[in-house]
Amino acid sequence: MKHRLQFAAKKLLRMALLLLGVSLVSFLLMCASPLDPLQTNVGQVALGSMSQEQVAQLEAYWGVDTPPVQRYVGWLLGVLHGDLGSSLLYRQPVLAIIGQRLAGSVLLLLTAWIISGILGMTLGVIAGACRGQWPDKLIRGYCLLISSTPAFWLAILLLLIFAVWLGWLPVGLSVPIGMDAASVTLTDRLSHAVLPALTLSITGVANIALHTREKMVDVMESDYVLFAKARGESMRSIVLRHGLRNVLLPGITLQFASISEIIGGSVLVEQVFSYPGLGQAAVTAGLGSDLPLLLGITVITSAIVFGGNLIADLLYGVVDPKIRRRAAKG
Amino acid sequence: MKPILEIEHLSIYFTQYDRGIRKRQLPVIRDLSLKICPGQVTAVVGASGSGKSLLAHAILGILPYNSHMDGVIRYDGEELTGKRAEQLRGREISLIPQGVNYLDPLMKVGAQIRKGRKGGGIREKCRQALKRYGLGEETEEMFPFELSGGMARRVLIASAVTESPRLIIADEPTPGLDVKAASRILGHFRELADAGAGMLFITHDLELALTIADRVAVFYAGETIEEAAAADFQEARGLRHPFTKALWNAMPEHGFIPLKGAQPYPGTVRKGCPFAEQCDRRRPDCKEAEEVPLRELRGGRVRCLHPEAAE
Ligand SMILES: Nc1ncnc2c1ncn2[C@@H]1O[C@H](COP(=O)(O)OP(=O)(O)OP(=O)(O)O)[C@@H](O)[C@H]1O
Ligand SMILES: [Mg+2]
Repeated sequence: MKHRLQFAAKKLLRMALLLLGVSLVSFLLMCASPLDPLQTNVGQVALGSMSQEQVAQLEAYWGVDTPPVQRYVGWLLGVLHGDLGSSLLYRQPVLAIIGQRLAGSVLLLLTAWIISGILGMTLGVIAGACRGQWPDKLIRGYCLLISSTPAFWLAILLLLIFAVWLGWLPVGLSVPIGMDAASVTLTDRLSHAVLPALTLSITGVANIALHTREKMVDVMESDYVLFAKARGESMRSIVLRHGLRNVLLPGITLQFASISEIIGGSVLVEQVFSYPGLGQAAVTAGLGSDLPLLLGITVITSAIVFGGNLIADLLYGVVDPKIRRRAAKG
Repeated sequence: MKPILEIEHLSIYFTQYDRGIRKRQLPVIRDLSLKICPGQVTAVVGASGSGKSLLAHAILGILPYNSHMDGVIRYDGEELTGKRAEQLRGREISLIPQGVNYLDPLMKVGAQIRKGRKGGGIREKCRQALKRYGLGEETEEMFPFELSGGMARRVLIASAVTESPRLIIADEPTPGLDVKAASRILGHFRELADAGAGMLFITHDLELALTIADRVAVFYAGETIEEAAAADFQEARGLRHPFTKALWNAMPEHGFIPLKGAQPYPGTVRKGCPFAEQCDRRRPDCKEAEEVPLRELRGGRVRCLHPEAAE
């Protein structure tokens, strides 16, 4: 147990350093951005009609006149006190916005993550077990097709089919337009989440299935599967008893590593579906030069991804008998 | 006696691709014939890479997917088709595999031996089998990485004799064991054979083979070059093939005389006797002959154009 705690502490320290790095890089990129915050957010025409003082006031608000080092250090000090600052565009605390947006995205991200994990794993195991036969060819063909299709394009395709032609599902947003928040039902929310979640799942499946298939092929060619056959175990027993067991371990790492891909994918997909989630907020913040919001989103999503990897490492220790036995001894 | 296993003219080929396009059949076992009788230990002796493991896998119907075989294998008088092998393996025919990597690294030993079956009967059988090879009950709860090399070997052997097989194929079962443990295991094999099982004992060690074998088949580059009773190995004179004699001479008590050169890689000799390069009795026709048939000689069989030259 002590061992495990030490391990977690080391990981957390590394996470803090990583987050610092990520925020610094985002900050530098933002500083290098060619977009002028005043021109984008206020507009050329409006700016022209303003007095000198008004412009100076706006510049102060958008932080254009503050030296970058001072800006970053100021932000960092705030963060250390638990204050991520306020969004310049929304005029609300960054944490509040992230909280709202995350609540919107979580349904999407979580379903996509679970579906792509289970489906990807299942398809990968089937393909690997039937290597070279039609199920394998079918699954591999599907995965290669999907991996070479951009997510936003797939999103548009699904939108056209299910929302425009068939009219089964809403075109965008997370709730019916113009409806009062109190009267929005769960069904409404779900039906709005289906298409974006489907897009994310479909793209996520391909990667997981292909990796799982590779591993499964290795397992099926291994000496221990050969011996299992020699002992008269059926194909079913080999796949379920030996295949799954040996694919699961790398599968855990794969599944948690895919969090970053799903979050990354959600940025584009939410944009296509005008789904007011974290991904969309990130795009808005980036284009609108909303530095505190962008840094906040970057740091929080990085923390989520890192947290996922940490869970994977800890789970690995629970599942892998080698680590488990070592932990039991001392 | 009616043989339990008969192999006739078995050849095994691998399909290979030359520079990705041209398909090529690479023979690794050529025209192999072998008989195993119940109650007997038949040893197959051959150098590394001579196709011994593939022979074992061919009998069990578990050859790799990029290979195919010709010839006939008969088990208990009937042809051993892939389907029949599938039904028999693990029950009547069992394999003791060559290495410890034949155990699933993530599964406990007991679960592997029980093959996923539950119930008191199989539990008891598993315990008995382990006990027979000096392994306690606690072994069942261990993972392969917790076993020493020798323990893992004994687990492999135990897993092969949990059921009462009629044919046991042991692929190099003793390396990694000390002399005492090895001879105890060979003693068990002898007992299993005496109880009526047929035994195919695969090894590269002629000396070891002779300690328990009734008959010995010698492999060279994927062919059987001699098949003889173990008694013929008492003296060099009893042997028929120059390679067998060379093996005999290389045994410690016969002078430890090594054979020069190496055996050709399977499929590289297209014409003539594959042993010709290393043979001290080579005649001009040895490298020319289209085919060297396996022929009967003094109660054994030999694949040599001039076996008499030895006399
Ligand atoms: N999957 C495969 N594809 C191509 N060639 C193979 C394959 N498996 C084995 N071979 C070749 O077949 C030959 C015989 O292999 P095999 O494993 O039967 O040798 P062996 O006699 O058991 O050797 P050892 O004593 O080292 O175990 C070797 O030359 C090997 O390179
Ligand atoms: Mg071998």
